[in-house]
Amino acid sequence: MAGILIYSDQDPLSFELLTAARYIAENTGAAVKAVSINNHAQAEALAGRGAESYRIDGKEIILEDTAAVARALKGAVETLDTDVVLLSANRRGKELAGRLAQMLDAGCLSDVNALAVRSGRIECTRNALGGATVAVQTVTSKRKVIALSAKVFAAAPDGVGHISDLTLDVKGSGIKLMESRAKAEEAAHIETAAVLVVVGQGLENRKDLAIVKRIADSLKGEVACSKPVATDKKWLAEDRIIGLSGKICKPDLAILLGVSGQVQFMVGIRDAKTIVAINRDENACIMQNADYIMTADLQDVLPELSRALTGTVPS
Amino acid sequence: MNIVVAMKQIPDLQQIRIRNRCPVLDDVPLTLGKIDKNALEAGLKIRENAGNKGRVIVVSAGNRDIEETVKEALAAGADEACIVVDEAASDLESSISAILLAAAIKRIGVADIILFGEGSGDNYSGQVGARVAEILDLPQVGYAGNVETTGRTARITRVLEDREEIVEVELPVVVCILADINEPRIPSVSQILKAGKKHKEIIEIDDLTMETSGRRIETISNLAPETARKREPVNTCGALCAVLEKEGFWAR
Repeated sequence: MAGILIYSDQDPLSFELLTAARYIAENTGAAVKAVSINNHAQAEALAGRGAESYRIDGKEIILEDTAAVARALKGAVETLDTDVVLLSANRRGKELAGRLAQMLDAGCLSDVNALAVRSGRIECTRNALGGATVAVQTVTSKRKVIALSAKVFAAAPDGVGHISDLTLDVKGSGIKLMESRAKAEEAAHIETAAVLVVVGQGLENRKDLAIVKRIADSLKGEVACSKPVATDKKWLAEDRIIGLSGKICKPDLAILLGVSGQVQFMVGIRDAKTIVAINRDENACIMQNADYIMTADLQDVLPELSRALTGTVPS
Repeated sequence: MNIVVAMKQIPDLQQIRIRNRCPVLDDVPLTLGKIDKNALEAGLKIRENAGNKGRVIVVSAGNRDIEETVKEALAAGADEACIVVDEAASDLESSISAILLAAAIKRIGVADIILFGEGSGDNYSGQVGARVAEILDLPQVGYAGNVETTGRTARITRVLEDREEIVEVELPVVVCILADINEPRIPSVSQILKAGKKHKEIIEIDDLTMETSGRRIETISNLAPETARKREPVNTCGALCAVLEKEGFWAR
């Protein structure tokens, strides 16, 4: 196998890609090469973790111009003799993946959440059918583009690498950056919480959210929700949505209140260590997919549970 | 101004059942992807804001059912559809979808803004828009939360995980629309009735003289994840607290 090229606009993700590439290399004997675009600090950081690090500089290769970044990477693939490109599956990486794959006439898999080399093939695991299933797939074309999710591999440890310059002539595609601003700090970080108390459509009264918050607080957890609670009812902010189009969470404990448990939701919580489900409908899907199940009306249970956990009567 | 919206026919995800860990797709109705409907709505709004000039054209590729499925988009406000029918293709992979859609777009001729959803509802690979942009040699902007046009210039807000950026680009451009950025309109009964009469250009795969050069992805397995949960009934809040205490999540 020719070499493996890694690239991410984000340093921490590029360090994880380095580990992933080394894992593939161990099993295939390929050489690992890292590229940084207009980012000498990143090139140094990668070399500081032992990478063979290449700097690409170019006025027209701005990150906002996906086509230009893809052209730079295509140049790197050809110059450095690499067949496999590992990208990060953040939004920039995923947007880039399709463009680069088309340029390289490569098959591409994105949002890959597990990767293993078996009999010389790189087997990639990703959600399919809206999360109803988990597919194991492999790219069969000679060149391959894989966009890897965060935290699948650990960051590469410190090491001694070296830095080289890669000179490429890359033209932009006419994208002009007018303004860039950081989003307001997200209030909720549900993907790092150890305990989540999750509200579904079975919660009928908005005012009961206060009790839900109290329950979450008593367990030092965060409140999260299924998608319609945020997008249709607008009871909670969208940064608290769990599921395929929300956040994928792996808490130690998830207490699901009035959540039916459709697959698009379950994708975001199925890796929780312990799941407690409280639902009025004993036949709800979620009752098959929880460790502890309680068939009860939330109107009755919430005040009682809050009282039991906090020892106080909810106002 | 011609606005092209690429839409994918997918199985209704709410109706997929799992039997012996395998997805059962028989009798599951086909529909257009939800994010694709956001893209269509975005296209209709761009046209409204540009003084209702120009046409909104849906492109799609799929098996014969697509002729029926695409009526959903025509009812919701698209003016016409251009579809590639490939009876053999039940599950097109991204690289092949892109070639077929690009062929349909070329057939339309003038396309000023080509819209996609950020990813399809079923496979969600998010590649096809970028691949089509490359085939047509156009600039692309993904994860768009807002698109405005002034003359021949598009001003697009790209929403990343931690930042938003506003970019400008001359038309034509490929834009992939962020999920849930709008509320797709619900067609009225009369719109649904009229949808059947709107123009549909149907391209048979055999009429296209291009290379689709085979599959690039092999699926080794595709199964529902195994769930091994205890499913232990708990009858009272007191009992639930005891469980939480036993598992170390709560102390009295």
